[in-house]
Formats: sequence, C-alpha cells, structure tokens
Amino acid sequence: MDLFIQQVTSGLANGAIYASVALALVMIYTATEHINFAQGEMAMFSCYVAWQLIDWGTPYWIAFFAAIAISFAGGVTIERVILRRFHNAPVLSLIIVFIGLLVIFNSVAGWIWSFIIKEFPSPFRNLDTGTTLVGPHDLGVVAITLVILTALFLFFRFTPLGLAMRAAAQNPVSAKLVGVRVGWMLALGWGLAAAVGAVAGMMVAPIVFLDPNMMAGILLYGFASALLGGITNPGGAVLGGFILGVLENLVGTYLIGNDLKLTVALVIVVSVLIFKPSGLFGKVRVKRV
Amino acid sequence: MAALLEVKGLQAYYGQTQALHDVSFELEEGGITTLLGANGAGKTTTLRAVCGMVRTGGEINLGGKRINGVATEEIVRMGVAHVPEGRGTFVNLSVEENLKLGSFVQRDKSRVQRDLDLVFNYFPRLKERLQQQAGTLSGGEQQMLAIARALMLAPRLMLLDEPSFGLAPLVVQEIFRIMKRINEEEKVSMLLVEQNAALALNLADHAYVLETGNVVMSGPASVVKDDEGIRRSYLGY
Repeated sequence: MDLFIQQVTSGLANGAIYASVALALVMIYTATEHINFAQGEMAMFSCYVAWQLIDWGTPYWIAFFAAIAISFAGGVTIERVILRRFHNAPVLSLIIVFIGLLVIFNSVAGWIWSFIIKEFPSPFRNLDTGTTLVGPHDLGVVAITLVILTALFLFFRFTPLGLAMRAAAQNPVSAKLVGVRVGWMLALGWGLAAAVGAVAGMMVAPIVFLDPNMMAGILLYGFASALLGGITNPGGAVLGGFILGVLENLVGTYLIGNDLKLTVALVIVVSVLIFKPSGLFGKVRVKRV
Repeated sequence: MAALLEVKGLQAYYGQTQALHDVSFELEEGGITTLLGANGAGKTTTLRAVCGMVRTGGEINLGGKRINGVATEEIVRMGVAHVPEGRGTFVNLSVEENLKLGSFVQRDKSRVQRDLDLVFNYFPRLKERLQQQAGTLSGGEQQMLAIARALMLAPRLMLLDEPSFGLAPLVVQEIFRIMKRINEEEKVSMLLVEQNAALALNLADHAYVLETGNVVMSGPASVVKDDEGIRRSYLGY
C-alpha cells in the first residue's frame, strides 16, 4: 500500500510539471493554433539561466524569480522579433521556425554551458513533510505549480488585460475592433508561456538533472497531457497533466517497468488522436469547407 | 458644418482584386450617412477601408487627419467603433465580458460604470443576460450586444454594417429606433450600410448609392427616397 501511495504522490508531482508544460503549449495553441515545439528547449534555457545565477552566488529564490522574469521577456521578444513575421505563413514554414528555435536553443545552451550534465538544486530538499510517503521535493513542486496555476487563472479570469488576451485569442478581428493590440497580446502570451515553462523546467531539473536535452521527454509528456485534456482547454490540459503523471507511474510500477514509461505518453497521444481527437474536455471543432 | 469623415477617391484591394475604384463621400459631425447598393457594390468594403481592415488608395480623413494605413486598433482608439457584418460577438465570453471589452481602451475608469448604465438604458434586455454566454443570445440580442459594445468605446463615429441582417422586422424596428436615439442623445455620428434601403433612408440624412465600387448617386436622404428613378434603377423597390 505504501508503494502505491508513494507512486501516486510522486506521480502527482510529475503531473504538476507536465501540467505546466501542457499549459504553456495550450496558451500558444489557443491563440495561434500552433504547437510550439521549442517550448521545452526554452524552459531548458531558462533553467541554465537560473543555474548560472545560482552559480554566481545568487540565493535560490532570487535566481528563481529572475529566471522567470528573463524568460518572460525572452518569450515576448521571440514573438515580436521572429514569430510576428510568420503570422500569415503556411503551417509548414512555422514548424520549421519552431524546429529552428529548438535547435538554436539546444546548441547555444550546449555551447555556453557544455553538454556535461549538471546538478540543479531543489529548494525543498530540507522541507519536512512528516511522512515517508511524500518526498519533500514532490510536495514543493505540487505547491508551486498550484500557486502558479491559480495566479494564471485569476489573471485570465478577472483582469482587463487577461480578458483582452482571451478575446484576442478567440476572435482577433473583433478584438482589434475594440482597440485591443492583438499582436502584443500574442507576445504577452508567449511571455507567459515561457515563464510557466521556466517554472516547470526548474522544478524538473533537480530530478532529471540539468543538460541541454533534459526537456525532450518532458515536452512529449506535456504534449500528451494537453492532447488528453483537450488542447483547446487550459483547465483540461492541467488535469490531463496530473492524470498522465499518476497513470505513468502506476503503469511503470505495476505493468511495464520504469524503462518503458515514456511509451505511456506515446500510447496516449496515439489513442487520443484515434478515439477522441478533441481530448477529454476539449471542444469539437467543426470547420466549414 | 465640418466633415467628421471625408473620403476622397477611395480605392480598396483584396490581394490583387480591386473592390473599390472611386468612392467619395462625406459624413457631417452628428449626422447619419447611409451607403446603399446591391450585393457586391462595395458597401462593406468601404466600411472595412475606413477602419483599416483592407489595403486602400485615395484618402480617408477622420476629423481632418489622414488615417490611410493606420492599424485598425489605433483607428478604433481614435473614436471609430465598427459594428461588423455578422456582429463580431465573442461567443465564448459572457455578455458582461463582451461589454467590458468595449471599454478596454477607456482610460477613465470612472467612466466605465457610467457607460454601462447608459448601455443598459438603451438595451435593458442585456442587463438581464449579463452572465449568459454571448453565443447563446438570440440574433437580435447579439446585434444589440454588438451596438452596445461599440457604444462602450464612447465613439465619435459608429460604422454599422447591416444591423438588420437576418432579424425579424419588429426587432429591426426596435434596433433602428435605438440607433436614432443614440445618434441624437449621445451625438454619435453614424455611417450605415444597409440592404434594406427604405429603412436606411428613413434613418439617415444623407445617402450614397454604390455600384461595382463606384459612387453613382448621392444626395440628401429625403431626395433619394422620393426619386423614383434612383429607386427603380439602384434600390429595386
């Protein structure tokens, strides 16, 4: 029984990370209908920024928030400088751009910080959970993620700027007609996605260790979570993340062993696309042709 | 009276296709001007040109300032509220959120509540439906919401694209009555595009008739209305 509970709680912690990555993907997808393949590498780069700051002697939490702020600015800049030139470009061109970004971030990180695996600190190492059923880092990850998700929810739901961003994503033409600067809303969306991704990266780095390829598997899980929950539904994507995290752990422990865990994500991606392309909570889109 | 909107030799293009060739008209401050004509005459395109949604040639002046090539959202911020064809409702947002979006560019936050009260005064039905998802409103209510959202911008000029489209005659009458009140009480100038010429001519003070991207007739609404020749040739009733 203890093993089961441990697997579930650590699954929830992994799930929190997948949920964040999924949310970052969904934020950009709802506004542009594109999956940002570079989301994971951007998060990885953010981690290196945090690592560098910590290495220079910055206290963890200052480095943490600085990395988030830098990632936000970076996300906005990438949209304004690169992506805005491709607003009306065909899908394939955009995919090339995303893959280009992925390769650039990966290589630049390797070039600056080398491909040697580094350790990344967890701020929760000394947290006392009072039980052996929940790891301190796992508990911290879930708490941080819930705080971030709640903050984002409140922002989108209750602030005029959040409302304008939702409007710009849903109906850009009408948004312009009420004076919303749609281009900047997209850039803000990129900034927020990068910031959320950065948090996910810094939470997963103590587990998988820091190296330029650390996010490859995580991005796949994030993508699977978003698909599972419904790629058009932020709440669904978050829930999808938690479901996937737990499911993956249980299947890994009891059925197929840990080495084959990643296949769970792939099986989910394929089954969702075959049996329920809109995901568990997504909207079915009807397109006139 | 000074012209609020002055359009001279306007051309407009969709890609390589030229939709407007030579459209000129004026709209007086506080007035209601209507553009009439058959399908494909260029009425909607003219409205879209005024708020920067298509590529244009010629001149569009708003309050003496040339606005060709200015981005739509910036033209909106200069006081032009476009109620588009199809109403442009944010269907997944609530009625309240739709209205709040109308005041997104309003700097003076104390004005927002006043504008909301104003809107409810004109459209009491929207007040009853505040929390409802806008996409679930009836066609007439959505048209009201579109005009209400435009009114939240506290505009100088309202561009209305076929507000009667697809609505029952009684609802259309109600909406046109409210438009008249808004024009008189709030001093909002209007540029109205309509298929229903009789309706439009009753509301407007000036009328321009478009045909294949050119202005072929113009004059005070009362004159155009009584001119049987124009009615037969261009307006078909």
